[in-house]
Amino acid sequence: MTRSIASLLDALLGRMPIGWLQLSHSRGRLLAALAGVTFANILVFVQLGILGALNQSTISSYDMFDGDIMISSSDANTLTDGSNVARTRMFEALGVPGVKDATPLFIANLEWQREDGNASTLQTIAIDPEKTEFAAPEVTARLTDLRLQNRVFVDRRTRGLPADALENVSPSEPYVFELNGTTVWAVGTLDVGGGFAADGSLYASDQTFLTLFPNRSSSAPNHILLSVEDGIDPEVVVERLRDVLPADSVKVDRKAAMASADLTYQTTERPTGVIFGFGVIIGIIVGVVIVYQVLSTDVADHMSEYATFKAIGYPQKFFLGIVIEEAVILAVLGFIPGLLVSVGLYALMSNVTGLPMSMDVLRGASVLVGTILACSISGALATRKLAAADPADLF
Amino acid sequence: MPRDDRRNDIGPSPIVAQGLNHWFGTGEARKQAIHDVTVEIDKGSLTILMGPSGSGKTTVLTLMGCLRDVQEGSVTLLGSELNGAPEVLQVLLRRRLGFIFQAHNLHGSLTAAQNVQMGLEVHGRADPGRQRAAAVHALSILGLDDRVDYLPANLSGGQKQRVAIARAMVSNPDIVFADEPTAALDKVSGTNVVRILKELGRQRGTTTVMVTHDNRILEMADRIITLEEGRIVDDKRQTA
Ligand SMILES: Nc1ncnc2c1ncn2[C@@H]1O[C@H](COP(=O)(O)OP(=O)(O)O)[C@@H](O)[C@H]1O
Ligand SMILES: [Mg+2]
Repeated sequence: MTRSIASLLDALLGRMPIGWLQLSHSRGRLLAALAGVTFANILVFVQLGILGALNQSTISSYDMFDGDIMISSSDANTLTDGSNVARTRMFEALGVPGVKDATPLFIANLEWQREDGNASTLQTIAIDPEKTEFAAPEVTARLTDLRLQNRVFVDRRTRGLPADALENVSPSEPYVFELNGTTVWAVGTLDVGGGFAADGSLYASDQTFLTLFPNRSSSAPNHILLSVEDGIDPEVVVERLRDVLPADSVKVDRKAAMASADLTYQTTERPTGVIFGFGVIIGIIVGVVIVYQVLSTDVADHMSEYATFKAIGYPQKFFLGIVIEEAVILAVLGFIPGLLVSVGLYALMSNVTGLPMSMDVLRGASVLVGTILACSISGALATRKLAAADPADLF
Repeated sequence: MPRDDRRNDIGPSPIVAQGLNHWFGTGEARKQAIHDVTVEIDKGSLTILMGPSGSGKTTVLTLMGCLRDVQEGSVTLLGSELNGAPEVLQVLLRRRLGFIFQAHNLHGSLTAAQNVQMGLEVHGRADPGRQRAAAVHALSILGLDDRVDYLPANLSGGQKQRVAIARAMVSNPDIVFADEPTAALDKVSGTNVVRILKELGRQRGTTTVMVTHDNRILEMADRIITLEEGRIVDDKRQTA
């Protein structure tokens, strides 16, 4: 193994693979260094995984409804943190040329207290059950099943809910349960799963929503969804709406723009996002410190040998090459177990928390490239002393 | 400095030092280690630097060998001025030299043959197979045929020193600098090492400058220069 890596590197580098020979010569140090890189990689992957889950759960809330344009309260940063929007805005919007249709959108969290003593928070989404074009794709065809009062679709991947609890639920075989003291009929299921703010989702008509939340009013939904007539640029309609609606109370944008603004807010201004973003930085620092420590010790330990090479006529870039060789070897060999362990941790965490966590190629590749860069920079720093000194002072 | 015509018949001097002064330390601790050393070394000769410990032998050797920046005075090495020489020129000059140090300084992670190959790879790597063969050949000249793939840790002191010699000699250097190369060796292998150096020098016209205290070696030298407190106090030539 050691031999074949050596001859591979020899051919690749076109010189003796001194970095590898050095690293593999002191096994203990190599293993310690690899453990450090692996650990830093796991740290970064876990933080990125959580950040990714945060992003995905933010985005998936926006996938629960459709529409070209959203009208939200001007103080809203997320789907749920803003003031309500006056329904009169909807009627004003419907008068704007290019607007085809509109529905109020209600969103609120609801505690689902079950008979087995468990409870789950459901993010409840409600729209006008006649306006199928505003429904999530997975419920468009059956939205009208919600026309009757207190009919709902409930998330069968709700965190805390036994996996098979909502099997075979249908309009003819509804699952009947209590929510907030109201009896509801689940006439279908959703396949969403938990996020950061809620354990699962619930889909209802606007009328059912008002029953479940008696202190909410039909005249003040959370958002208003608009569709645009075919062949008209929604951006143009957004501009027209902004001209008509008062900017101090509502904001208007394309739905996708609202979602990405929410995402930016979650990751840069909310504590969770900031903390996990910070965790990524900590992971990188831990990795850099460990690798720098290893490489600078290694350079120091080989100072007299390097001085001899320098005396023989090897230029500075040769030593930089050795240390970068070591850095890349550490980065790659440390990355592999780091990736494998992280994939395992993702599965475990996703199982335990219900958060959507999965490894994707882009994330893996960026962490690998980042690790190689961080290791190489540490390596380059470690050779500084060698560059400055006369060979005679290093023996 | 006027040329000494008597020695010019064997080619230009590979090393000419003139008015060489050198200091160590800074501020209060600054101390002059070399005082006005002027010397010209003959091509193909074996010159020995001797003198008590701390007299400046190593310093002179490293200044001549381009291992230490010249502070004051001049060293002309293989026709190039070292005082103020840019790093690129120094690197190129070093490739024409061979060094053997008191501490062998073999790379502990490389085998004997790999260590010797490093003396060849510095000139580029045209044909690794041939370079390996040349390294093995150099080791066998020094009687290490059966130690080619040993790591330094598994070699005796004398064997390590011979590997270092093979590394210094393998690329046919113009000059070999050796700093107490026999200090770590027993009497027999010490004398052997110098005999080998002298023989290789004779065959290839290599100039050798060697620091040694070893009396047994003195008789093999063409010239013996004695240093005391950083000054040349004696310089005698002998015919071996
Ligand atoms: N790197 C150094 N820093 C400070 N002083 C040094 C250094 N190298 C040598 N010296 C001093 O210079 C003088 C000559 O040293 P050196 O050339 O090593 O002598 P030798 O090789 O004859 O024993 C000594 O006084 C020694 O202490
Ligand atoms: Mg000395």
